Amino acid sequence: MSKATRPADGSFADVLPELDYWKIGLSLVITFFFAFFLAPIWTGIVTSFKTSGAVTATTPLTPPLGDGFTVEKWARAIDHLSTGFINSLIMTIPSTIATVFLGSTAAYGLTLVDWGKRAQFAVLILFLVGIFIPYQAVLVPLSDFWINIVPLAEVLAPVWELSFMEYAHARLLSLTITHIVYGIPLCMLLFRGYYLTLSDELVEAAKIDGASITTIYRRVVLPLSKPMVGVVFIYQFTAIWNEFLFSLTLIGSSSSPAATVTLVLSGLGTDLSGIDFGLRMAGALFAALPTLIIYAFFAEEFAQGLAAEN
Amino acid sequence: MAGSQDTVSESQNVGTGAERDWQTRLEVFSKSDFARSFPYWFIPFSIMGLGVYGGIGYNTLISLTDYEGFNEGPDFSPGNLDLEMYVQTVNDPWVWTTGKNTFVLLIVFTTVTMVLGLFLAVMLDRGIRYKEKIQTVYLLPMALSFVVTAQFWLWMYNVNNGLINLLLGAVGLGPYNWIGDPSLVLGAVIFALIWQFSGYAMVVFLAGLQSIPDDQFEAAQVDGASVLRTYWRVIIPQLKSSSVSAAVVLVIFALKAFTFLFSMFGQYRVPKGTDILATLMVREAFKLQNWAYAAAIATILLLMALAVIAPYLHYQHKQGSL
Repeated sequence: MSKATRPADGSFADVLPELDYWKIGLSLVITFFFAFFLAPIWTGIVTSFKTSGAVTATTPLTPPLGDGFTVEKWARAIDHLSTGFINSLIMTIPSTIATVFLGSTAAYGLTLVDWGKRAQFAVLILFLVGIFIPYQAVLVPLSDFWINIVPLAEVLAPVWELSFMEYAHARLLSLTITHIVYGIPLCMLLFRGYYLTLSDELVEAAKIDGASITTIYRRVVLPLSKPMVGVVFIYQFTAIWNEFLFSLTLIGSSSSPAATVTLVLSGLGTDLSGIDFGLRMAGALFAALPTLIIYAFFAEEFAQGLAAEN
Repeated sequence: MAGSQDTVSESQNVGTGAERDWQTRLEVFSKSDFARSFPYWFIPFSIMGLGVYGGIGYNTLISLTDYEGFNEGPDFSPGNLDLEMYVQTVNDPWVWTTGKNTFVLLIVFTTVTMVLGLFLAVMLDRGIRYKEKIQTVYLLPMALSFVVTAQFWLWMYNVNNGLINLLLGAVGLGPYNWIGDPSLVLGAVIFALIWQFSGYAMVVFLAGLQSIPDDQFEAAQVDGASVLRTYWRVIIPQLKSSSVSAAVVLVIFALKAFTFLFSMFGQYRVPKGTDILATLMVREAFKLQNWAYAAAIATILLLMALAVIAPYLHYQHKQGSL
């Protein structure tokens, strides 16, 4: 984007005689913040590969060396967290797909179709407020809803007869649905921003050709949405995977068979003698793995989603 | 829609004039853009509306009862509805303490994160090399879950072996018990949150900076203004809209910074110095089963959030950016 407005990198340099000092200072500051942002992650990585002895004997910045190196913490962390990891995947993937789809159709109905600008605006405002409200404001109703009003565990009673399903998995389903409900507004907003930049001509042309609203969505809008679907998917996947408040309040206990990875992690490696930091760091990194992988490949899409949020 | 088609075909056989008129109107309506696009926006809208507005309404209703413990559910009989829970919150000194902590967190965290984000954005805006790569690293904390970053910072703040005390020790300070000392813990939490969010503020400001045409910068340079002065006088004042957006998102986050606190301390009860309304609310509900009381606290939180959101949406609307 910067290339459009600034044709050549460092174009200011030509007008600034003092730039050399600037550049040195700038590099120093940039390097400092590089270290600032990476230090906690770096200490986490090195600590996760150290034996308990090495964790206390060496500085948190020193890489594990010789006898101090171990993969035992990682093995234990993966052992502890694997069920939660799978639960998180089972919950995150369907809810992300559903949210992205619903967000896209909502944005389509509110931007590319004109059925009354004022009414559309009112609906839009209601969606926008949904993005910003603190979830604390719906936690008590939510828990009451899933326990007393729609107790999925009882509704789906025959399912728990299946050998691989457990009663507690109903809560995972409640969690999945909850994430869909509260993820829709943001996805709608992200798609809306994108649809507003699409030229009207394509939609208009399709309309003149006699295409129905549904045909326009399937044949014109959906194919054009591809780049944005990627952005929203990545953003939403990260958000749901990282989420904790709904997991805690709807599933309740980190020992539940339906506990998500974030829920299990919060109590990992704590006993009477204190916290096993090597184990805790390995667990944290393991829980973060999917988001780290996504970020490594799609950092740009993630930043795009973040910037479009407002 | 199937129903309306049936009636239309029926009307072709029978039907008086007036009826036919009504039927045609129905037919026209069913083919209108409104009716055809209705399922597209209304299905997601009603799902979301039920969760958000239904939830808020139900929460308000519960806050008027005295629902607590492992009951079957709240009792909504009219005699049971009153504002007692709100009276209790106002008279609860702990609500005021957590309210104050919320406020400190909100102000300090938002201000410092914005200033740091702006500073980083201006630096990266200066046409430096590897800009994208650097930006990626600065934004990395934001891609991680609060559950995860809380673990990293717990280790950073460790009294004996943490990096923070190690660095301070190198210049002869400390060690401090960042997590254990009630007067230090809020500052420590705010610092960690700034670490996680300043990359976000940077991205928002960078987007704003990139929408400002270059020639403004060059014109100021020709007039002999220094770089700093140019930014201060010409460029930064134009970032008002980005600043508002970033501030709103940060404030909203600060109001509900529950996850980070819970994960850092691993329990509902967080240290005294860092207990905020969001943690108090969840604890009252899910640890102590004071559902109605928690619902009342949640309403207060919601009103605080709305006090920020409503002017923001109004501002955005006036700017024409909605």
